[in-house]
Amino acid sequence: MLGLAGAVGALIAAVVLSIVVGSNQLGPDELWHALTAYSGTPTDQVVVDLRVPRTVAGLVVGAGLGVAGAVIQALTRNPLGDPGILGVDAGAGLFVATGVLLGAVTPVQYLPFAFLGAFVVTVLVYLIGSAGRGAPDPIRLTLAGVALAAVLTGITTAMTLLDPVTFNRLRAWNAGSFVERGFDVILPALPFAVVGVVLALICARPLNTMGLGDDLASSLGTNIVRTRVISVVAITLLAGSATAIAGPVAFVGLMVPHISRWIVGPDQRWIIPYCVVIAPVVLLVSDVIGRVILWPSEVPVGVVTAFVGAPVLIHLVRRAKASSL
Amino acid sequence: MSPVDFGSRTAVLRHGRFSVRFRMRTALMCAALALATVTVAILALCLGDLPLSPVDVVSALLGSREGIAHLVVFEWRLPRVLSAVVFGAALGVSGAIFQSLTRNPLASPDVIGLSAGSYAGGLVMIIVFGVGAGSVPVAGGAIIGGLLAAAAVYLLAYRNGMHGFRLIVVGIGVSAMLEALGVYLILRAKLEVAMVASVWGMGSLNPVGWAQFVPAFAVVAIVFLGLGFLVRPMRQLELGDDAARSLGSRVEPARLWLVVCAVALTAVVTGAAGPIAFISLAAPQIAQRLTRTAGIALAPSALIGALVLTASDIVAQYALPDNLPVGLVTVVVGGGYLVWLLIHEVRRRR
Repeated sequence: MLGLAGAVGALIAAVVLSIVVGSNQLGPDELWHALTAYSGTPTDQVVVDLRVPRTVAGLVVGAGLGVAGAVIQALTRNPLGDPGILGVDAGAGLFVATGVLLGAVTPVQYLPFAFLGAFVVTVLVYLIGSAGRGAPDPIRLTLAGVALAAVLTGITTAMTLLDPVTFNRLRAWNAGSFVERGFDVILPALPFAVVGVVLALICARPLNTMGLGDDLASSLGTNIVRTRVISVVAITLLAGSATAIAGPVAFVGLMVPHISRWIVGPDQRWIIPYCVVIAPVVLLVSDVIGRVILWPSEVPVGVVTAFVGAPVLIHLVRRAKASSL
Repeated sequence: MSPVDFGSRTAVLRHGRFSVRFRMRTALMCAALALATVTVAILALCLGDLPLSPVDVVSALLGSREGIAHLVVFEWRLPRVLSAVVFGAALGVSGAIFQSLTRNPLASPDVIGLSAGSYAGGLVMIIVFGVGAGSVPVAGGAIIGGLLAAAAVYLLAYRNGMHGFRLIVVGIGVSAMLEALGVYLILRAKLEVAMVASVWGMGSLNPVGWAQFVPAFAVVAIVFLGLGFLVRPMRQLELGDDAARSLGSRVEPARLWLVVCAVALTAVVTGAAGPIAFISLAAPQIAQRLTRTAGIALAPSALIGALVLTASDIVAQYALPDNLPVGLVTVVVGGGYLVWLLIHEVRRRR
């Protein structure tokens, strides 16, 4: 409980940091004025129309990716699970590009395509990664994800290169960043992310028993098929809504469940709430780093998370015992 | 039940003190692959804004100076087609060496981070030092980047011995970091430089002319000649270090030189044409399945690499309404092949 309070404290600090720091340095009184008495001055616009939506996007995307990572890791008993590494983002990206080609214009119209893509790739990677029965082999799962991601990203790039209109619409989205993500994108995606988190919490207990092995889990009364189906739906909703908002952002879903597990131990009922809080912290701090490191221009948050997250991946495989689920 | 393997038919050529022994199946397959590569290459020389007949192309190649065919073939199309053949062969051999050394079909330069290292090295030269894409310094940067990435991946993955799983996942992590570094460098650069770097970074034979092809070809040729001395230790290393030692190989120097050759091959291609993905992964595997050899064979891998890259370049140029970077075609074909390989292995293991 104390840990969760600390995490919430860190989250509040990250939110404040994300609103305060930017290419336009603002004093506390200007911020306060913008938030409490919006009067349409340029400063007010920067804060309310740019930084607040951006921060909210970080919160939603972070929670989505973090919980999706936790569910993937628990479902596949694979410490290296991450929606980005396993190609779920790339699948959503390909389907969104297809959607744009078919005439989707607003980000709201991207949503169904992102969900469909995330769902198809999640199922596909799971099927390729598992030997058809039992838990999938981590290495095979990782490779299947990386290979699928490469293929899907290649097709997406080819499509965008062939069609300049699509290219132009998706250029900002494909970078994996929170720039210019307004509430028009965030609000439609938010309910799906919330449902995803709720489904993940429902799965938490059965996922705990499934961690003991499928046989033991079913003898303890867990419905394995139902848990798998709900988990995949949760991953789809979480990763799909996160990707629809921010584009592909890798490694957050990998890191955060490990940090959570390190704080609370192996109980999914605690890991998932912790992920909801910690993942936005990681993402918002990464976004702030991306804003200041190339000041006055910006580095997309996906690039920063790759820099931070890839060493975590390497550290995880270097540990003597790779799995601690 | 599979038929019992009684070994394969072999033939021996003798000339004085020298003799060469080869498997009939491998030799026939190589001949067929070489023929296919030449056919596809001639097809590539025929295609373009000014279509030529195969007769025109062949007569121009044989030295006829009549008409415009000579100019079109020699100045415009030949460097590109020769690059596709030579670079494809280099990538195939590079992948074959790594797959043989690690005894792991998945440990190709693409997966274990070497290609990403070469890419980052080349990018540093283009963006930080401002040299043109496809020039010799870019190839130099690509070689240094590839070697550094190889060393980093090896050191990070080494822990109480080498383990295939760790090698691959560490490679994926290092690749992700280097690609993120690439995005960062491109964002930092001026617009013109960034555009040059982006086109190069997708892997394209568009900018390759004689000026890029000749130095790259020289390096590839030297490495191939050097590999002639390393084939025997490579075969022995496949049996394990102890066996190789007892057969008289000096294990550590042989391995080091093999890694240097493989990195050089990938890096030279990357320097000239950018990262062309997954040829080095797929070519040795296809070669092994076609020739049914026990280990990874270099010559068939080289020929498959040449054939796949030449054909992919035709697809990239002419199959779709716009001219695409060939790297996109190979990533789809090779990545798809990797997925198939994973599914296939699952079936076999059951």
